[in-house]
Amino acid sequence: MSQLYDNKTVYDVRDLNLWYGNDQALKNINMKINKNEVTAIIGPSGCGKSTFIKTLNRMIENIPSVRTEGEILYHGINIFDKIMRVEELRTRVGMVFQKPNPFPKSIYENVLYGPKIHGVKDKASLEEILETSLKSAALWDEVKDRLHDNAYGLSGGQQQRLCIARALAVQPDVILMDEPTSALDPIATAKIEELIDSLKADYSISIVTHSMQQAGRISDKTAFFLMGELVEFGNTEVIFSNPRDKRTEDYITGRFG
Amino acid sequence: MRGQFSSSYVAFINPREKEYKERSEMMESKTTIREQIRTNIGKRKNRTDQVMPKVFLMMASISVITTLGIISTLVFDAAKFFSEVSLVEFFSTELAPLAKDPKFGILPLINGTILSSLIAMMVAIPVGMAAAMYMSEFATAKVRKIVKPIMEILAGIPTIVYGFFAYSFVTPLLMKLIPTLEAKNVLSPGIVMGIMIIPMVASLSEDAMSAVPNALREGAYGLGSTKFEVTTKVVVPSAISGIMASFVLGISRAIGETMIVAIASGSSKNFTFDITQSMQTMTGYIVEFTSGDAGSGTTGYYSLYAVGLLLFIFTFVMNLIARAISKKFREEY
Repeated sequence: MSQLYDNKTVYDVRDLNLWYGNDQALKNINMKINKNEVTAIIGPSGCGKSTFIKTLNRMIENIPSVRTEGEILYHGINIFDKIMRVEELRTRVGMVFQKPNPFPKSIYENVLYGPKIHGVKDKASLEEILETSLKSAALWDEVKDRLHDNAYGLSGGQQQRLCIARALAVQPDVILMDEPTSALDPIATAKIEELIDSLKADYSISIVTHSMQQAGRISDKTAFFLMGELVEFGNTEVIFSNPRDKRTEDYITGRFG
Repeated sequence: MRGQFSSSYVAFINPREKEYKERSEMMESKTTIREQIRTNIGKRKNRTDQVMPKVFLMMASISVITTLGIISTLVFDAAKFFSEVSLVEFFSTELAPLAKDPKFGILPLINGTILSSLIAMMVAIPVGMAAAMYMSEFATAKVRKIVKPIMEILAGIPTIVYGFFAYSFVTPLLMKLIPTLEAKNVLSPGIVMGIMIIPMVASLSEDAMSAVPNALREGAYGLGSTKFEVTTKVVVPSAISGIMASFVLGISRAIGETMIVAIASGSSKNFTFDITQSMQTMTGYIVEFTSGDAGSGTTGYYSLYAVGLLLFIFTFVMNLIARAISKKFREEY
């Protein structure tokens, strides 16, 4: 047991199957996500990569017709188990979405939304969370003078970093990112990528991306999904330089529909 | 008949000739359609395009002209009233329009209007909001499909029925709880007015909440919020302007409501804050007077216009507020 649940493994996905109604979207997924690593999930549209990442914090259950089978062990506990409260799981596993989705409130309220609903009331510690979260998200210098302005006044890239800060504020140990840069320009993208690299020291990050270059630049491990199957999973250099599967090679070299 | 016969005859004799004929006919009809289009496009369409907008404008201006007409009637006749009664007397607490020495202090009417509207909103806001939150965030599509039409039926009941319901059902019921309640009182019609306004508040608030982008809900769920927290801490604050607008429109509906208060609230013109007593609202006053008590040209007759003008100002301001709020609402997310 101790060998299986060494400290390095955060997520251990075992024989995961998922259906939307009668359509199977994930087929027999087995993979491990390690601590302090960036795991990139790549694959063509509709291959199940977003479905997979949303399963990791059970956001997928907001869709009524979803049915799952198999286990996802998070630090050794099956997340589908009854003892796991879904709200608790989501405070430990933060999520950043495709389009920046700050709440229509001030920057201050956005970052502290999570701590506040989870009962942190002390003003000094709230201020501290605010500053550390925004600093970790590399946003503090840009917003420290206008913390009480509406978040919608920020640029798209700043909004996305605010959403990252908001996720960090509840102090998770995993951050899931679902194509976090797809709505951003190259400069904002570069900033987010830099940020992901610096966050790696304290968090485990799992990122869905459409950009092969991005996966190559920022990830340690890469998982290639195709039609709901995990085709190949391994170290990023290996996947990109010497893929085992022909389909992976075709996709990575762009010979794919 | 004859042509038909001859053409089929030709076809019988020489099928190819028929083919040629058909083809040439097709060509011919093509040119004629083209010609038709060319000639038509110049004249007929242009004429309708010139005339119809003017017709539409005329139709649209009917409501504008009517509004202006009503306002000018109110203003002119109210002016006649104010030439006889000073503003100071108008805003006093003594109302006795039919006495030998008539008094036209309107404060009892304003008081009755505001109190009944307040009671109505105290019913409509919590119930309407709860219903809206339920339908927008908690109900399954199936339940919503059943509940929403039923609520809309509630909005379609004539107000006279509500008035009757207040007088003959709610008042006796309340009398059991509050023995000192008078047969005509402001509490019962206030409550029933609230019930009448529930669908309006619920449906407008639900629209505002449903319009909140799903991405915001996802963001909140992603931070470990429960459904209730998502609803109260994210969806409602994001939709607050639309919700507030529904409240204001509800208030304006309550202020303008006539039949329920005319039936169940009576016509006492006392200035009091005791909601178990009979009170008259501005609308109730107008109903009482137009049903025959005031002779045309008397001060009492003109007082109707003064009250009507004030009522108009009340609801107009409410609508302006609602409009300002919902304008802000559009900019929120």
